Order: sequence, then structure tokens, then C-alpha cells
Amino acid sequence: MSFDDWAITLAVFLPALGALVVALVPGDRDRLTRGLGILFTGLPLAVGVAILFGFDAGAPGAFGAAGAGNALQFSVNLPWISVIDASYFVGIDGVSLPLLELTLLLGFLCMIYTWRYLPEPGRPKAFVALLLLLQTGMAGTFVAFDLVLFFVFWELVLVPMYFLIGLWGGPNREYAAIKFFLYTLFGSVFMLLGFLAMYFRAEPHTFDMLALQGAGFDRTFQLVVFAGLFLGFAIKVPMWPFHTWLPDAHTEAPTVGSVILAGVLLKMGTYGFVRIALPILPDAARVWAPWIGVLAVIAIVYAALACLAQRDLKRLIAFSSVGHMGFVMLGIATLTDVGINAAIYGMVAHGVITGMLFFLAGSVHERYHTREIADIGGGMLQKVPFLASILAFTAIASLGLPGLAGFWGEVMALLSSYNPAQGLSLGLYRTLMVFGGIGTILTAGYFLWMLQRVNLGTVPERWQTKELADVNAVEYVSWAPLIVGILLLGVAPVLIFGITNDAVAALTGLL
Amino acid sequence: MIPVIPLASFVLIIFFGRRTPLRGASIGILAVGASFLMSLLVFFEFLGEADVVERSVTWFRLGSFEVELGMHIDGLAAMMFVVVTTVSLLVHVFSVGYMAEEPRFTWYFAALSLFTGSMLTLVIASDLFLLLVGWELVGICSYLLIGHFWEEKENSNAAIKAFITTRTGDVPFVFGIFVMTIAAGTSNIEGVGHAVEEGAIPAAVITAGALLLFGGAIGKSAQFPLHVWLPDAMAGPTPVSALIHAATMVVAGVYMVGRLFTVFEASEQALLVVAIIGSITMLIAALLAMVQDDIKRVLAYSTVSQLGYMVAALGIGAHTAAFFHLFTHAFFKALLFLAAGSIIHAVHSNNMSEMGGLRKPLPTTFWTFLIGSAALAGIPPLAGFWSKDEIIADAFRNGHEVVWFVAILTALLTAFYMTRAVWLTFLGEYRGHGHPHESPAVMTGPLVILAGLSAVAGFFGAPFIEGGFRTLVERGGEAHVVEFDFALAALSVGLAVVGILLGTALYRTYRPRDPLTRLGPVYTLLERKYFLDDVYLRGIVRPIQYPIARFVNWTNQRILDGLVNGSAWLTRRFGSGTDAVDRHVVDGAVNRVAIGAGWTGGLLRYIQSGNVQRYAVILFAGVAILAVVYTRI
Repeated sequence: MSFDDWAITLAVFLPALGALVVALVPGDRDRLTRGLGILFTGLPLAVGVAILFGFDAGAPGAFGAAGAGNALQFSVNLPWISVIDASYFVGIDGVSLPLLELTLLLGFLCMIYTWRYLPEPGRPKAFVALLLLLQTGMAGTFVAFDLVLFFVFWELVLVPMYFLIGLWGGPNREYAAIKFFLYTLFGSVFMLLGFLAMYFRAEPHTFDMLALQGAGFDRTFQLVVFAGLFLGFAIKVPMWPFHTWLPDAHTEAPTVGSVILAGVLLKMGTYGFVRIALPILPDAARVWAPWIGVLAVIAIVYAALACLAQRDLKRLIAFSSVGHMGFVMLGIATLTDVGINAAIYGMVAHGVITGMLFFLAGSVHERYHTREIADIGGGMLQKVPFLASILAFTAIASLGLPGLAGFWGEVMALLSSYNPAQGLSLGLYRTLMVFGGIGTILTAGYFLWMLQRVNLGTVPERWQTKELADVNAVEYVSWAPLIVGILLLGVAPVLIFGITNDAVAALTGLL
Repeated sequence: MIPVIPLASFVLIIFFGRRTPLRGASIGILAVGASFLMSLLVFFEFLGEADVVERSVTWFRLGSFEVELGMHIDGLAAMMFVVVTTVSLLVHVFSVGYMAEEPRFTWYFAALSLFTGSMLTLVIASDLFLLLVGWELVGICSYLLIGHFWEEKENSNAAIKAFITTRTGDVPFVFGIFVMTIAAGTSNIEGVGHAVEEGAIPAAVITAGALLLFGGAIGKSAQFPLHVWLPDAMAGPTPVSALIHAATMVVAGVYMVGRLFTVFEASEQALLVVAIIGSITMLIAALLAMVQDDIKRVLAYSTVSQLGYMVAALGIGAHTAAFFHLFTHAFFKALLFLAAGSIIHAVHSNNMSEMGGLRKPLPTTFWTFLIGSAALAGIPPLAGFWSKDEIIADAFRNGHEVVWFVAILTALLTAFYMTRAVWLTFLGEYRGHGHPHESPAVMTGPLVILAGLSAVAGFFGAPFIEGGFRTLVERGGEAHVVEFDFALAALSVGLAVVGILLGTALYRTYRPRDPLTRLGPVYTLLERKYFLDDVYLRGIVRPIQYPIARFVNWTNQRILDGLVNGSAWLTRRFGSGTDAVDRHVVDGAVNRVAIGAGWTGGLLRYIQSGNVQRYAVILFAGVAILAVVYTRI
């Protein structure tokens, strides 16, 4: 047994083990509990770093390599539930690696943040354990290559997040938690239906994603199954018009919940499209792609306009997520190398930037005890200069300034939309590109307006006498990697593209 | 290396600026100084007919598509280096004095460094995407510096307006990059040029690409109808106006068109549009400059107008003349802005109605401002004369009568509004408060140097000089007039003199009511800036910002979310009739029931009390049945 065989399993299940350990710790050992949280996300991150260095970006990847188990790296394939041929099949290729690393990093940073900030009503034991469980579910989703396993991880995410929102959330948490839970469950039922249909249709019956790529389903079947998968994934992304659970969930969720939700959870949907829907159902993908593109661009423009109307800082960021994920989906909908690479880049960039934005919104709330833009009233640059500067930096990254992470995913998605895959309507996609471009203007508009109302101007009277602390050590530690990441990804996009390029090339070869 | 030094300086100032001499300014000055010296070296190399340098490495690859991180240095770039670093260096020095009392001194110098580095990146880029990076970075620097005094809402408004307006131009610019990149199969600028020359790209595509690219220039170089941001950008500190909003960043659009001139040349329609936009811009902006009271706004509109000259020159194919004007304009306009800064520093007001009679207390500022004004007005032998005359001569001789006519008319107006400014500011009686004093040497020094450059820079490209400027930027096969036409020059100088005399006649004695108000509705039209701002603000920005955004939010809350909640409510009613319904519904409605259940009172309790398991059972039973149905399809 070598490290390679155990690496993924460790990265995925160490947090779950951690949850178990935390459960055994006496309830009054607050510091120990939080420390264990950091430990059991730090260790997987270390494993993740080792995986990163052991990864060979030039290897063929999972697409188009049916039956060739070696195409994946660090892969393990063991029988699991033999009655239904489900197996414990995990592995990594260029598409999953960036998302796995993002998950491991954000989970760790959230734990560090939790060292200092535990939302009301406290109860560190339950909080940390749920976060750890959540971590296992998310990481597992990105490495599973068996549909049943994928589904289990996918659903595993729902429960902890439901409790995180429902117990530690804001005033309207119950509504938000249930809406989140049932809406995504609603989608995943159809997704599961699609999985089962594929299982029964394939000969021999299999849940193996790689084997299914070569199943050669007929067109009608593909179209119907794609519809099922679409509902599951699109609700998770979330695509317009299935996004209404997101602003509520985000607004009500505790800070780290929002960070994870935006940073990782949404990517499960987009990842599903790239990993499952496109390669296994390529004929359907070509039919569905224009519709996805249209919804994606509606999301971009619609979300930007909605952002302009938001009064709550967190809700504004939540809507901005819908728009950014629109760019990701637009890239996927072009079915091209450039577009799908841009999409994966966009997922990571959005995870880093919007994760950071939610951290900031949380920390603003810790100080001002309000997230209403009008109540903050401006002057943050005077009152808490470092916090405000970081907010400005991150918002500017989010509006897509080149040199920072937000840029390449969006501009390359638009480029791919100018030149979509063969057989897709040029006229339609170029129209989409134009509206996407208009979306970038609106995006700049709402972010700069937000900065003006929050950061600039003079400190309103009500805050002048109040002592508000600037960024503290715990915040610096949990934010620094994200800030560096935003800069690094922007300057060296090859950090992502270098990993994804060959895997995506194999994928588009299937389309 | 040239752009890297200021970029590194930005980082250094951000982290260590407060602890260094002059609170960070010294790092910036040293860095830009180093870049300046290197630029000079490169510049003189290219005067001696050096070969074009092109070096690059792959930045990243996307499928078959490759973006490179590379530099391309030719005479044009070498010239831009010198312009950017010279003005930047002098502005850095000037700012030490000007900004001494102002807040965020260190940050200011960091931003100046970032700007300089970004601008040089834009200039040196060999790849369209790298150029775009520099292009957007200078935009954000502009935003940051315009809004430097962000305590006032007016200033941050101006910053946002500048960013959004230029981004409106940037979107077509990005699309233009796409068009040319995809058509040429490369984003390398030289590569795109080759593809165009070889006729590998259909004419219609070239025209579309060129026009879209020009959209970027309209935004960045403040051309009609997107020029509206530049006058407002004067809210920034005055040295910033000199550097970014007069000498360097705003000429990025002109530079970009020049860099991609092969593309524009290949499309007559595109060039025609460029010429028309440039002509409209030079005239309407000069007219606006006549009615401003804020001295910086006079200069801002003047900048817009002079950029119009450059753009129009490009439009008629007078590539060399356009860049010659860019070169001279950078010096005299930076001079005028810094001199205006010196005035504002002394009188603490931007309004010319509160100035007057400043010749005595501010002698150095006066003389340097006068030289700058004369250079701008096109008085020989100062710099502006040679470059403007070259554009006018090219327009005339290449048969572009309309451009020619607009250009000499604008020359007259230019002389007029600058005369007006000189009279209102320096001559007559002082109308402001306090006792103005001349600025310290750290500020007047750069003024004197720039005045010297404004006086002599023109000879560098004057018709009787062999080589000189033309060796740097001339393109092969350009129909460029070298001989000096005395009659044409006499005409434009004559018109300038008329403008000066008119200005003197009207503003010799100060009247609180501007004599031009007698123009009645015309004056109103000018004062309201052709109502363009009103149209944009009330016609586009405010409707989007308020009613449209609120409507969208309303549809989100009431319609999209309403559907979700409504269907939940409906199915809850449906489901609550009898429990049996729950159990026997085996299609998608099951899920709706589940959702519906969620909306009953005591939701959390409901879920936690085990009902969720029941639903799950139903759901999965339904799934199993549906799966069987599915596979039969």
C-alpha cells in the first residue's frame, strides 16, 4: 500500500474521522474542539498539497478513457455494494484536482476563522463536527467516479449545511434552511433518476462514469436523461431561474457557511455538468447547450441588475455569485476547450474571490452588527482602513480586473462564446457574448457603487464614537492565502490552465 | 525591465512606504527615474535605426490557443517610453510638493507607481491580451486616483463615472480583440498584422474588428460620445490629471490604434469612422473649453480636443503626424496641468473667477503657463505648432477637406480659449482670497523643465530636420508629406493670432458675466455640455440603477420566488387533504409535496421530527418506479 493509494481516501475521510473525534470530546472543551477542527482540515490540506506535487498534468485524464483505469491518478477502485455493482471508485484528473484543492483550502481557512468567530448560539462541538462532515461530502464529490458514490457524497453535503444554516443562521434561518434543503433535494432526485436510468440502460449495468462514457446511448434517451441531470445540477449551480434558494441561504447562513456555500457547494453543480452530463451524454449536450447558454447569460444580466437593488451587503454578494456562475455556465455551454477551461478557472476564481467576500461581509457584520449598506453608511476606509482596503481589493478582483483572479475566467468564457463549438449557432452565441459583455459593465457598476456607499465618504455620526477594531490576527491568517491566491491566479493563470488543459482537451474530443 | 521596476516599486511602497524617506515618494521617484534612464537608452538606440526587439514566452495555453507574455519594442514604443517616464518622473517630483499636506501621501505614490508600470506594460505588450491587462490596469489606477479625495461624494462619483464610461468602451474593445484573434489565429499583435497584410482575413471581418477595437479608443481616449468622463476626472489631484488624464493614459487609445494600424489601414470604412469621430471630438470639445470657469476643466476639454486631432490624423492615415502630436502634446499639456496645479496650490480654488492678476505673485508659473498655452495654440516655433501644422498639412494635401477645415477652425478656438484662460488667471486684478505665493522649487522645477521641452520638442520632428522623430514612428509606404508648406502654416498661425486677439478683446477687462453668455441658447447648450450628461444619467444610468434594478429584484422576490413558494403552498393544500395522497403520489409532485411540507409552521421541528425520513422513503420509492419507466423509453 503506497501513499498514492491512500492519498485521496485520506484527504476525503480525515475530516469525517475528525468529526467522530470531536464528537467524543467533552462538550466544555471549546478550544480543544476548535483546534481539532483545524487539525482535521489541516491534515487533508497537507495531503492535498502532496497530491498536487505528485500530480502529472500531462496524463490523459478521465475523459474518453473508458475501461482504462490508469487514466486517473491516485485512483482506487474497490467493490462496494456488489448487488448493484456500485464501487468505491475515486481518482483525480485535471478537472477535479483544482476543485479538490479549493475545497481543502477553504475548509481549512474556515476552521481557522472559527477559532475566533463562532456564530450564535455557540455550541462549538456540533458546529465543528458538522463543518468536518460537510468537508468530507464536498471533497468526495469531486473525486468520486462511481455514480452511487457521487450521489452519496452529494447528498452528504446537504444535511450538515442544512443544520449550519438552520441552527447558526440569521433571523430567517428556518425558512432559508428548509428552502435550501428541499429545493436541492428536489433537484437531486431527478439527478438520481438520471443515474439510475443510465445504469439500467447500459450493458453491462454499471455506475462507473468512465465505462458509461463508452455506453453509446441513443439520442432520445440522452435527451431525457440530460433533462434529469440538468435539474439536479442547475439547481445546485444555481442557474437562473432556479437560483432563488441561494440569496436566502447565503444571507441567513453563518459566515463560514456562506464561504463554503459560495466557495465550494455551487461548484458541485458546474462540476457535475463537466464530469457527468457532457462526456456521457454528448449528443444531448449539443442540443441542450444553447438553452444553457441563454439561461447563463440571463443569469449574468439579471443578477447584476438585482445586485443594484440590494440593500444587504451579503445578499448583494450572493446575487453576484449567480452572475459569476453564469459566466462559468456560459463557458461550459460553448462546448469548447477554451470555454470549459475558462469555466473551471472561473469556478476556482469565484471560490477564492467570493469566499473572501463572504469572509469580509461576516467580519463587517461582527463589527457593525449590521449588513445593511445604508446603516454602515460609508467611511469604512477611515474607520477600519485595513478591512476596507481588503474589501476594495476583493471587490475589484470580483468585477474582473486583469491581473487578479476574476478576469481570465470571464474574458475567456466570452471569447469561447464568440467562437463556440461546431454545430452551435454562431449568431446566438455571439449575441450571448454581447449581453455577457454588458453584464461586465453592470458588474463593475454595482461593485463600485457598493464600495462608494460602504468604504468611501466620511464616517457617519453613529459610528464615530464607537470603537471598531480593524483586522485581527486570526482574520489575517485565514485570509492571507485567499488574497495571495487572487493575485497569483491572476498573474499566472497557467496555475489552473496548466492542470486542466489536457483533461479538457480529452473531454472536448468526446463532444 | 522598464515596466517591471515601477510595478515592483508599487509593491515596495505598499508594504514599506511609510518607513522610507519622503514616506514612500523616494522609492517611486527612484524607480521611475531608473525606468526613465533605460527608456532614454532605448530611445537613442532607435534613433540610430535599431532593430525591433520582440521576445516572449508562453503565458498560458488553452487548447490550441496560446497567449504569450512578451515584449515588442519598436520606435513607437521607445517614443512612448520616453513620454511616459519623463512626464511620470516630473509628476512624481512635483507631487512631493503638491501632495505634502494631503491625506494618504504614501498610497498616492504607490498608485502613481502602479499606474506607470501598467502604462508601460500596455506600451511594451506584444500580445493583445497582455495589452488588455495593461489597458484595464491603467483604468483602475485612474479610478483610484480620481477618487483620491474620496471623502467628498462628488469625487468618488467622478471616479465611478470614469471607470464605467471607459469600460463601456472596453467591452467592444475586448470583442475586437476576439474578432482579430480568432480571425488571425493568434493574439500576437505582429501576427495579427501579418495575417491582415497577407489577405488571410475577409474585409468585412477586418472592418468589424477595427471598429470594435476603436470602441476602446473612444472610451480610453475620451472621444465623442464617451468623452464625458474626462472633465469629471479632474476631481483627482492635479498632478494626476497631468500624468494620467493629459499626457499618458488618455493617449493609450491613440497608441493602440497606431499599434494595430495595419488592421485599420486595411479598412477604408473603419478609417473613415475614425476620422469622423476625431473631427467631431476636436470641435465640440474646443467649443466646450470656451465656457468653463474651472481652469482644470478648460484644460480637460482642451485635452479631449487635442486627442481628437490625433485620432482624426490617424483616420486620414497621417500616422506619423498623429504620434508627433501625441509626443509634443504630452509635454505642453502636462506643463499646463502642473502649472494649473501650482496656481490651485496657491489660491486654493479651481475657479478662474477667483483668480486674476497672478502674474506678479507667481512669476515662474506664469511664464511657464504662457509657454504651454502658446505651444497649445500653435505659435511657432513652439512644439505644438510643428505637430499640429503637420496634421493640418497632411489633411489638406491628402484631400480631406472637411478634416482640414475642422482642424483649422479648432486651431482658432484653441487659441481663443487659452487666451481667455491666461487673461482670467494671470492678468487683471486678483479676485480671490488671501495672498498667493509662488510654489516651492520642487514644484516649479518640473514646470521649467517641461516648459523647455514644450519649446524645443517640436524641432525634433520639424520638417527641416533629417531623421529625427520620423525615423521612430514612420511606417513603410506612408504617404507622408515632408516639405513644409509656408502658406498653410501661415494660415493656421494667422488663425491662431485671430483667436488670441479675439480672446484679448473679450477678456481684457474682467466682467463677472462672461461675454460669451450673449450667445444665448448656444451658450446654454455649451454650458449644459450638449445635454449629453443629462441624457446618459437620466436616460440610462438612473433608470437602470433604480427602477429597472428594483423591478428585477421585484420579479425575483415576487415572481420567481413566488412560483417556488406558491407551488409549495398549493401542494401543501393538496397534500394536507389526506395523508394518503402523500403516499400515493409517485411522480414529480412528490417533491412538491415535500417542499410544501416545508412551508408549514414550525418547519424545523417538522423536519427534525422524522418526517423527512418519511418523505425520503416516498421520494426514493418514486425514484425507483420512475427509473423503471425511464429505462423503457
